[in-house]
Amino acid sequence: MRIAIPVNEDSQKTDICPSFGRAPFFMIKNTETNEYHFLINDAAESAGGAGIKAAQLLLNEKIDAVITPRCGENSAKVLQDADVKIFKSQGSIATQNYDLYEKGQLSPLTDIHAGFHGHGG
Amino acid sequence: MKRLVILSGKGGTGKTTVAGALIKLSQSKAYADCDVDAPNLHLITRQNTEPEKKDFYGMPKAEINQDLCVKCGLCQEKCRFDAIKNKNESYYIDSFSCEGCGVCEAVCPADAVKLHKAVAGELSLYRGDGVFSTAKLKMGSGTSGKLVTEVKKGLSQTPQETQLAIIDGSPGIGCPVIASLSGADAVLIVAEPSVSGISDMERIIRTAKHFDVKIAVCVNKYDTNISNTKKIEKFCLDERLPYLGEIPYDIYAQKAINQGKTIAEVDCPSADAVKKIYEQILKIIFIN
Amino acid sequence: MADRNIKIAVLSGKGGTGKTLVSVNLAAAANKSTYVDCDVEEPNGHLFFKPTAVEKEEIFVKIPNVNKDLCIGCKKCVEFCKFNALAYGKELIVFDEVCHSCGGCVLICPQKALTEKEKLIGIVETGISQNVKTITGELKTGEASGVPIIKNLLNKAKNEKGFIFIDCPPGSACTVMESIADADFCLLVAEPTVFGAHNLSMAYELVKVFDKPCAAVLNKTTGEYNPSEDFCGKYGIEIFAKIPFDNELGEINSNGKIAVRENYSNKDLFYDLLVKIKEAVK
Repeated sequence: MRIAIPVNEDSQKTDICPSFGRAPFFMIKNTETNEYHFLINDAAESAGGAGIKAAQLLLNEKIDAVITPRCGENSAKVLQDADVKIFKSQGSIATQNYDLYEKGQLSPLTDIHAGFHGHGG
Repeated sequence: MKRLVILSGKGGTGKTTVAGALIKLSQSKAYADCDVDAPNLHLITRQNTEPEKKDFYGMPKAEINQDLCVKCGLCQEKCRFDAIKNKNESYYIDSFSCEGCGVCEAVCPADAVKLHKAVAGELSLYRGDGVFSTAKLKMGSGTSGKLVTEVKKGLSQTPQETQLAIIDGSPGIGCPVIASLSGADAVLIVAEPSVSGISDMERIIRTAKHFDVKIAVCVNKYDTNISNTKKIEKFCLDERLPYLGEIPYDIYAQKAINQGKTIAEVDCPSADAVKKIYEQILKIIFIN
Repeated sequence: MADRNIKIAVLSGKGGTGKTLVSVNLAAAANKSTYVDCDVEEPNGHLFFKPTAVEKEEIFVKIPNVNKDLCIGCKKCVEFCKFNALAYGKELIVFDEVCHSCGGCVLICPQKALTEKEKLIGIVETGISQNVKTITGELKTGEASGVPIIKNLLNKAKNEKGFIFIDCPPGSACTVMESIADADFCLLVAEPTVFGAHNLSMAYELVKVFDKPCAAVLNKTTGEYNPSEDFCGKYGIEIFAKIPFDNELGEINSNGKIAVRENYSNKDLFYDLLVKIKEAVK
C-alpha cells in the first residue's frame, strides 16, 4: 500500500501540513517495503484548483490512501472517485500517523470542507 | 493563535477603521491586510521597520514573438478573452485581458506564442514587535484569492505566544473574501445602516455561514439612520447572531485617520464604542 | 447628442465613497439617460431606482462536457488545463466552478471526446425608472469572473442614446478595467481621508493607463483638511464638484432614495455637476 501525508518538510521527522492542496511536500510510504520518499507538491504554486491538482499528482503516483487533517470537497472527489481512502490525521508528526494507520487506529475523514471556488484556497 | 477577520460585504463601512482600532486595543502582534485590491491598513498602523518584499506571481501571460509570427490570426480567433489584438497587421497580446489559459500557445502553427511568468502583485511583510503582512495586487490582475492566502501565510512568522491575529478582510463576497475567511475562528461584520449596506451585509453573512466560524455583527455610523440600525439589530436577533453594538458617526475618526492613527489612540465617541465591542468580541473568541 | 451616446464611468478605487450616489443621481438628473451597474458582485443601483418593466437575461459561459465512450484517459486535457479544472481517476472529472471557459481542453483532445455545454454565471436585468433605463448585472456567488456579465451589460448599453452612466466596481481589478475600457470620460469619486486619497491615486493610475479624460468629485467633505483635494491639486486633476457631508443627504441615501427626485435642499449640486460634464465632453 502506498500512503501519502501532506507535510511541511522533506525529512522524516517532519510535521504534518494543515493544508492538503498547498502543502509543500507529500510524504509517501510504501507499507510493503517500509520505504519513504517525498514528492514536491507542484500544486502549491497554482493560482487556483490547488487541491484538485494535488489529488491528481497523488493519483499519478498510484497512492492507495491519504492521511490528512483537512481535505476540500474537490480534492476528495478526485481521490474518492479513484477509490483512494482518506483518513484523518492525529497530532502533528507524520511518522506517528503511519504507525497509527498500521495499527488500524485512524478514522476516516468525514468532515470535508467546501471548495474555495478555485481561487487561492 | 486565534484569528479574527473583519468583513463588511459593502465597501466603505469602516472595516479598516474598526480593524485598526481592534489591533491597537488588543496590542496584537499579528495582523494582516487582506484587501489586496485597495490595501489601507498600513496608513493607520505605523511601522518602524522596512518590509521584506516579495513578488507575487499569478497566472502566466502570453507573449507573441514578432519574428516568428506568420500573422495567420488563429490565436485571435481562438482567444476567449479578447486578449489578442491586431494593429497594422501586427498581432499583440493585451496583457490586462490575458488570463494565461495557453490556448494561443497551443494553436499557434509557428511556435510564436509563449506563456511567461507574470508578476501580479507584491507582498510586504513587516517584522518589528510583531508581524504585519500586507500586499498590493497589480492593476488589472484577477488572482487576488491566492494573494490573500499568501498574505495570511505571512502571519505564520508570528512569535509563538501570540494569542490573537486580526485580519482586515476585503469587501465583496467573492474569492478574496472566501480566502480571508478560511481558517478564521471568528468574523466581525461591520455593517452600515443603509439599504445598500443591509443588502450587502446579508450576502456576506450567507457566504460566511458556509464556514465553521463564529459570526458577530456591529453597526458603524449608526446614527446616520436609526431605523435601519434597528432593522439590522432585529435581523441579528432573528438569525441568532451576536449583535455587539453600535458606533456613532464621528468627525474625530476622520481626523485621527488623516493623522495616520487608529481611533483607539484618540479620545472620541467612536473609540468608546469600539472598546465595548472589543470586549464582547474577545468573549466570543476565547470563551465558549 | 440626439444620435450618439456619451459614456461616463464613475469609479473610485475603493468601496463606499459614493460612486452609486453620484451615478444614480446624475442619471436621474439628466433628461433621459441610461444607468449601467457594473458592480456585479454587489449591485446596488437597482435598490434606488426600483425599476419596472424588468426583463431578465441569464448569462452563460461554456464549460467542457466529456463523452465517456470516446475518452481514452490519455489525460492530455488534465495536463493542459492551467486552472486545474480537470482530473482523471477512473474517468474524467470536470470541476465546473474552477473552469475559466478557455476552450483549450476541447481543442486539444486527440479523440474529440470533449464538447461544450453552458453554465449559468449570473443575470442581467433591464428596466425603466422614470427617465432612466437601468441595466443591472449580478454575478452568482462563488463564480470566478464578472467580466462576461460586464461585457453583456455594456453591449446592451451601446445602442442607447444620450448619457450613459457606468457605476463601476470598486478597486482596480480586471472588472473595473472592463467597465471603463470604452468610456468617454471618467469621474473619480474620493473621500476626504488618507484612505480616500490613497485609493484615488490607484483609480487615477488606472484611468491614465487607459488614457481617459477625467475629473474628480470629492464626497463627504467637511471643511477640514482634505488629503484627496491635495492629491488633485498635486496632479492637476480638475475637481468638478464637492459634495459636503450632510445628514439630510446621508439619510435620503441610506433610505435608498434618489436625492434629485426627493425634496433634497441641495439637489442643484447634481444638476451643476451634469452641466460641467456636458461642457467637458463637448
